Amino acid sequence: MAALPPSVSGAVRAAAAVLVCALFVGTRVTSFAEAVAAQNRPGSSATSPRRIISLIPATTEMLFAMGAADRLAGVGSYDRFPPEVERLPRVGGLMDPSVERILSLKPDLVVVYDTQTELKVQLARAGIPIFPYAHRGLSDITETMRTLGLRVGAASAADAAATQIEQQLAAIKARAPERPRPKTLLVFGREPGSLRQVVASGGYGFLHDVLEIAGGIDVLAQLKRQSVQLSTESILALAPEVIIELHYGPSMRADRLDAERLVWNALPSVPAVKNNRVHLLVGDEFVVPGPRIVLAAERFARALHPEAYAR
Amino acid sequence: MTVAGFGSLALAACLLAPLVGSTPVRLTAVFDRSIPFADNVDAQIFFVARLPRVLAAALVGSGLALAGVVFQALLRNPLASPDTLGVSAGAALGAVLAITFNADFSLLGVSAIPLATLAGSLGALAIVYGLSAARRRGASSMVLLLAGVTLTTLLGALTTFVRYLADFTQTLQTVRWLMGSLDVGSYGPIGAALVPLVLACAGFATLPRVLDLLSVGAESAAARGVNVPRAEKIALASASLATGAAVSLAGPLSFVGIIVPHLVRLLVGADHRLVLPAAALFGSAFLIACDLVARTAFAPAELPVGVVTAIIGGPVFLWLLFRRQ
Repeated sequence: MAALPPSVSGAVRAAAAVLVCALFVGTRVTSFAEAVAAQNRPGSSATSPRRIISLIPATTEMLFAMGAADRLAGVGSYDRFPPEVERLPRVGGLMDPSVERILSLKPDLVVVYDTQTELKVQLARAGIPIFPYAHRGLSDITETMRTLGLRVGAASAADAAATQIEQQLAAIKARAPERPRPKTLLVFGREPGSLRQVVASGGYGFLHDVLEIAGGIDVLAQLKRQSVQLSTESILALAPEVIIELHYGPSMRADRLDAERLVWNALPSVPAVKNNRVHLLVGDEFVVPGPRIVLAAERFARALHPEAYAR
Repeated sequence: MTVAGFGSLALAACLLAPLVGSTPVRLTAVFDRSIPFADNVDAQIFFVARLPRVLAAALVGSGLALAGVVFQALLRNPLASPDTLGVSAGAALGAVLAITFNADFSLLGVSAIPLATLAGSLGALAIVYGLSAARRRGASSMVLLLAGVTLTTLLGALTTFVRYLADFTQTLQTVRWLMGSLDVGSYGPIGAALVPLVLACAGFATLPRVLDLLSVGAESAAARGVNVPRAEKIALASASLATGAAVSLAGPLSFVGIIVPHLVRLLVGADHRLVLPAAALFGSAFLIACDLVARTAFAPAELPVGVVTAIIGGPVFLWLLFRRQ
């Protein structure tokens, strides 16, 4: 909250949002407290794991955020953040987890994707406990943080980190003006140097939720899918007022970014192009539904409502 | 007469398809010069989104159908297709390399992936051509076929290896490329594909009589005065060029190249003077129609056109096949 003070003019709305947020956190705390009580009940077999392997970038970042990083024994091959992960052994990813490497690290908890059925069977056979992970909407991020914290015995630190994320998101939401809320096309990817194979956010998933929190209206909100492949004709017909295009990884140089922005000039009638509101954002916080989602939300908000962030 | 029929079908497809789409477009606004183009949404939908797509579908459909006819006659094998000799596999390797290593170059308004695709298909063509030229008396169709299958497998393995190196977002991009799409979004890639296609058509123009004789057998063709090695080289090079151009424009759409030739032969007979132009025209019309379904069925989302070609073309072809027997 302190990192993102609401502007004085938005104080009333901010207060309302904080109230909503407090109610929200309140309900969470109740269920969370029950869960803690359940864990502390005598006869509970759960003990704090000491060697954790996290195959998923999001849960790795969560473990760092709740101060459990010193117990990480291995991470997935797509983990990039925080930089400390570079020192940890890699054990494969979603498609190619290496059971052999996982077993050799002698973990007492492995965080896996819930869809990794075969891996779960193999780990069960080896008697290694797992924490199944699935990512869906934005609220599942903090939900997952709390459950994971409970599982690794860092419940209060996880709860504090999750609450902070919720408060920061509420502050970003409060800072975005009620209107105008620009009609926004959120582009996940396309063929470089052309407008072919444009894939954009539909009305489902954490990035869609982040876009709405940051004060935009998703032009594809009516399609309840995580991603939608769009034709050039559809983009012209949707006429978005803002286009936010996400780029990932360190390979994106500034000059290339400019060239990629110019590609959109092929569709001059699109209001976002006409009014110079095509934003190319680079960063891997956009693909990891973890604690850095606050950063992603703030970058969306700055692109959508520069006036609210102007000093 | 028959060709005129197919010609009007293709022409009708070319004229009608740009008028239909997911968004209603007012034709009066499309051609209204008083509205600046930059503000004219109808004109942009028509000229930027639809017309290049229809043109690309026409070129890709005819290129793949022609290549299919020629490969099937040349290899005397009804299962031969533009993919058989490894040209598509070379193209796919080029595309996957460009995606995985973030290739960043362009030429005459054509971006890296189509260029890499074209280069990959030409590379595969060079290998096949070199192999066939190494056998002085012309490669027997069986040897050529086996070489093609081997090359396809080899290039496929290299593609898989490169995909293994790719990260998550690149993998998604590769998957989408492999599904094929005709949404070219500008005229640059069409112009670039036109060069190899025109060269290929110049080669095809010399072939109808030769292919009639070759499809009976190489010896009897030679006895009738055909320079078999030379004819085979022209056929091989033109069909591969057409395939490379089509794949660089639309990605791999394998179904058109194997089924349209058979469909056309079922309708017009085996005379290549008829089969070649009819296949080109029917291939165009067929792909334009399939792409129309792909871009409107689930609008604003887009359906991979390769899915449509197989779902529409498969049952139609099976029906024709069994009706005739």
